[in-house]
Formats: sequence, C-alpha cells, structure tokens
Amino acid sequence: MAACSVEELLLKAEQEEAEKLRSISVHKELDLDFDIGNLLACDKNRIESRDLRQQLKENYLRSLARDNTQLLINEIWKLPTERVEEAIVAKLPDTTTPLPREKPPPKPRPPTKWEKFAKLKGIQKKKKTNLVWDETKKEWRRRWGYKRANDDTKDWLIEVPETADSNEDQFAKRIKAKKERVAKNELNRLRNIARSQKIKVPSIGLVPTAQQSKDDLATAVSVAKTSTASVGRFQDRLPKEKPTKSRGKKRKFEPLIGDFSTERHKQLELLKIMDTKKPKLDITKAVNKQMREEDREEAAAKHKRGAGKKGRKGNMSGKAKGKGGKGKGGKAGGGKRSKPGKR
Amino acid sequence: MNELRKPKTKRSKRFLESRAPKLTEDVKCAMIMKGGNTSQTITQALKDIYSLKKPNAVLYKKKNITRPFEDSTSLEFFSKKTDCSLFLFGSHNKKRPNNLIFGRLFDFHVLDMIELGIEKYVSLSEIKASKCPEGTKPMLIFAGEAFDIDNDHKRLKSLLTDFFRGPTVSAVRLAGLEHVLHFTALDGKIFMRSYRCLLKKSGCRTPRIELEEIGPSFDFILRRTHLASDDLYKLAHKQPKALKAKKKKNISHDAFGTKFGRVHMQKQDLSKLHTRKMKGLRKRKGEVVAEELKGQPPKVANVEC
Repeated sequence: MAACSVEELLLKAEQEEAEKLRSISVHKELDLDFDIGNLLACDKNRIESRDLRQQLKENYLRSLARDNTQLLINEIWKLPTERVEEAIVAKLPDTTTPLPREKPPPKPRPPTKWEKFAKLKGIQKKKKTNLVWDETKKEWRRRWGYKRANDDTKDWLIEVPETADSNEDQFAKRIKAKKERVAKNELNRLRNIARSQKIKVPSIGLVPTAQQSKDDLATAVSVAKTSTASVGRFQDRLPKEKPTKSRGKKRKFEPLIGDFSTERHKQLELLKIMDTKKPKLDITKAVNKQMREEDREEAAAKHKRGAGKKGRKGNMSGKAKGKGGKGKGGKAGGGKRSKPGKR
Repeated sequence: MNELRKPKTKRSKRFLESRAPKLTEDVKCAMIMKGGNTSQTITQALKDIYSLKKPNAVLYKKKNITRPFEDSTSLEFFSKKTDCSLFLFGSHNKKRPNNLIFGRLFDFHVLDMIELGIEKYVSLSEIKASKCPEGTKPMLIFAGEAFDIDNDHKRLKSLLTDFFRGPTVSAVRLAGLEHVLHFTALDGKIFMRSYRCLLKKSGCRTPRIELEEIGPSFDFILRRTHLASDDLYKLAHKQPKALKAKKKKNISHDAFGTKFGRVHMQKQDLSKLHTRKMKGLRKRKGEVVAEELKGQPPKVANVEC
C-alpha cells in the first residue's frame, strides 16, 4: 500500500512538472542556432507554404514568431543573473556571429627617424617633473606652456652680447629663432610621414638652423651662384675664391671591354619593356579594379539567373553584354579609371 | 593625406580621434536617405525604420538623386561626412517600385548592398498598440531554411543582423526584453514583422511569451544584390590581434571539464629532508650522497587543480 502511494506521488509530481513546462516548451524538428550575445536566433526548419495558405498568413507568422521567441527567451533565462539597482540583469556571453568591422584595425604608428636612432643607441625616455622651481618668481611653475618657469619670451630686458651687432633687435632675434625651430620641427614631421608612406623623401639643400656650419654656407653659396639663367657660367668670382665643387652627378659609362653579361642583360630587359606595348602596371590599383569588376560581374550574373527564373528577361540582356566588354578592358588596368557603365 | 594636417585645437584632435579606427569599435550608425523620387510608402517606411534604429541613425530629410548600384561615390562621401557605415536608401520608380536598399560599408567603401522591394507595408502608426520604448535592443529571429542555404539570403541575414542589432552589451535587463524582430524567408519573399513581447506567468521561472504586433511590417522581395568579393569580405572580418584572448600555457581541460595544470619542478633533494634522527643513520665523514641526485632534468607532472 505504502509503495503504491509513493509511486502515485512520484507520477503526480512528474505530471505537474510536465504541466508547468508545457506552457513554455516548444517542439522543433531541428534545434535553433542561438547567438545570445546578439539576442539572435536562427530557425532552420523548413516552413511549409501549405501551412501558410491554410491558416491566415499573419496568424501563422505570429505563432511561428511566438514559438521561436519562446525558445530564445528560454535560452536567455538560463544565463546567470544578478541584481543591479532593483533590476534583474542577465550577463550576456560574447557574440559568436562574425560581423564585418566598420573600419580596418588601427595600425601602429611607424617609428620616426629619432625613435629609430634612439632605439639603435639605446636611448630611453626620461620622465621629467611637471613643475620646476622658478628662481625669479620664487615659486613652482610648469616646465612648459602657459605661465611656465623661466620664460624667456617674457624678459623685459636682454643683455646684448659683446660679439653681437649693437643695433640688432635681440627680442626679434629670439622670436625668429623660435619660429625657425618650429618650422624645422614641422619639416621633420612631414619627412617622417613621407618616409612612413614610402614616398621618396626629397633631399633638402638647407634646413633652417640657428647656426649654419661652414659646409652649409658653402652649399648655400654654390646654390645661389648656379641659380642664374646661364647656370652660373658668367658669375664673377671673388679674389682668392676657390672654384665651387660641382654638385651635379657625373655620368658614368660601362667599361668597353670586360663583363658582357651585364650589358646583355640590360639590353634584353630594355627590349622586353619596349616589346610589351603595355603601360606600366600599378599593381594595387589593377588588383582593386579587377576585384570590383569581378564583384559586379558576379552580381550581374547572379541577378540575371534570378531574373530568368521569374521570367523577366527583357531588361537584363543589354546589361550582360555591357559587362562582358568591360571585363576585357579592365585587364589592362592602367592608371585611368573607367567609370561604371550606365545600366 | 589627412595626417599631414595636424589638429590645431584639443577639440578637433578629440574629434579626429573619435573618427579614427579603433580596436573595439563603436556601434555602427545608419544613414537613412531617399532617392530622387519616393512614394508615400517609402517615405513612411524610412521614417519607421529610423524610429526603430533611432539613437544610432541619421535621417536625411532632403532628396539625394543617386543610384547606389551604379555609382556609390556619393554614398561613400556621405558616410565619411556622418561617420556611418550602414545605409538604407529608399526610392520609387516604374521599373522598381517601392525600393529599399540595405547596405553597409567597410572603410568608407561599399561592402554589401541588397535591394528589397516592398510588396505590402503596414506602418508603425497604423497598428494601434502600445509601442516599445525607443532604443530597445531587439531580439532578432530568422526563420526559414533559405537563410541557411542560399548565399544571397545568408548575406542578407548577416546584413540585417548588423543593421538592427543595436549596441553590443555585456548584460541585459530581463524585463526589458520587449521587442522582437522576426524575419521569415518563404517562397522567395521575406516577411519582416515586429512584435512586442509580453512576459506571462508560466508557473516556473521562465515566463511564457505572448506576442503583440506593433509594426512596421513588410513583405519584401529580393531584387538586385551587390555582394563583396570573398577576399574583401574576409578582410572586413579580420580582427586585430590585440583583441584575441591570449592562450594560457600549461592549462588543459579533459572531457569532463576538469582543469589540469602542468607544473615544472626541480627534483627534490632528499638528503636535506628532515627525518627522524638516529645514530645509525648519521652521515659519516667524507661520504658523498647528494652528488648523484643533482644535475638531473626537472621533472614535469600533470597536476589536477
């Protein structure tokens, strides 16, 4: 008798449990794919279009949506929860669906010339204190910027050095020197950018410096002398002035007798270029162009196929023809960008 | 070329930083615009989708006479201007009536574009029901085997997920799961329905769900597509190395989820072990005991932890 009652009780409990679960359980032939991080579910089950016609469409769609939502909610309710300010929140896992990025990942900035040099020499950055003692103001002030310590632009009096010209404006000189330092820094910044982008950095004749060296001055003189219409041919010379070193490149010729293989190689290379009749190829540009073309062709072909099924042919035939012609043109891939044709 | 010009103020520097590529990206913004000609349906549809997407969307009020499938340069220009990488373009003409183009951009170049024609449309205001609050993160559900088989549909699924998913969050308030977007692919059509989710008592912890349609609802047909080439698509998915979790060395798990750690340790010098001292075991002078124990390689052992 007792055993029977235990069994009965168990059965009853089981039934109750099933009853409770019935309202939230949904049966599907194939399980849904969940990406809880995105609150996303994907139902791969086949939908019979017959079902749709039998029932009212809206009702059918709603019941389908209800079942799927119930499954998704069941999945979300399984997550660990916590209480935050009187609200129960579920911690979401990371997303699993791969989605494309908005922009390519950031690249690290290539090292500047100084950074390269410092690394080579093992020079390390030293942290300087922000505040420095100002002797004249008798207080701690910033090292740089507004209200800085030992600010030489705020001097109301500058001693004229003995060697300097007495009529020279020392204030203007300081300002000019500062401007030149800024300009030099800007130039170096641009050169660093150019170097990082593999653009050929133009060699500069003269960089603004506070004190020009003897070599710098000699270059400046020679540049100035040759900057005439006659390339400095009729330029007068000072007495005792040494002739300027010619700065141009001298042509060099291969020896007449000697290694013939290099000469042959050079000639063949030249002939090869001349023979191709093709303009010089910009690889990246050409590849990009080719990729675009392929995309477009693929899309067009796919669409044409799709349209064929539905029996819409009239509009499409012209387009396909146009595509084929362009694909051929794209192969040469020169510098010129062809506009996409009008559809 | 932009890096040549240095920002002159802190504010502009901050602005440029906000636009620069980031390791973990912000929420994708959508720009919603209309073409040269639009019907009432399209205008209303664009407004409704804008209200679904609202905090992360820009609605263009004026016409933009462009055809994305023929020339996407103006779209790319606008995306640069507003820093949006998703777009929705609506147009209406005789050949393609009630046309919506969903698309996304990568690095300010068009990645995917999919054209959908509206066959039937019920707007948000036509259905009289209480709506979800603005900016609710929707639950997205895709139904139909086409989303798993057909290439176009697969891409469309990815695109729609990208478009509607909203911000990525670490936690979600359970009572705030209100909005459901349901996409059904059937007979070459795509039905988009938007429901409000009512959580009912079920007797156990998980609630029972009832749905109430709130609109907007669309019946779409698939028209033209512009899908990115596989290379470009792959490139767009490339995640930076810094985001990948580093593999922890010397830790492994077995089939039951038990954690194993590998411990490297030197051989124990037994001669220094403190044992019971006895007169008989005392070391004699001149005896070499520990020499042979040293110089052996460290022993490796798997330890359960």
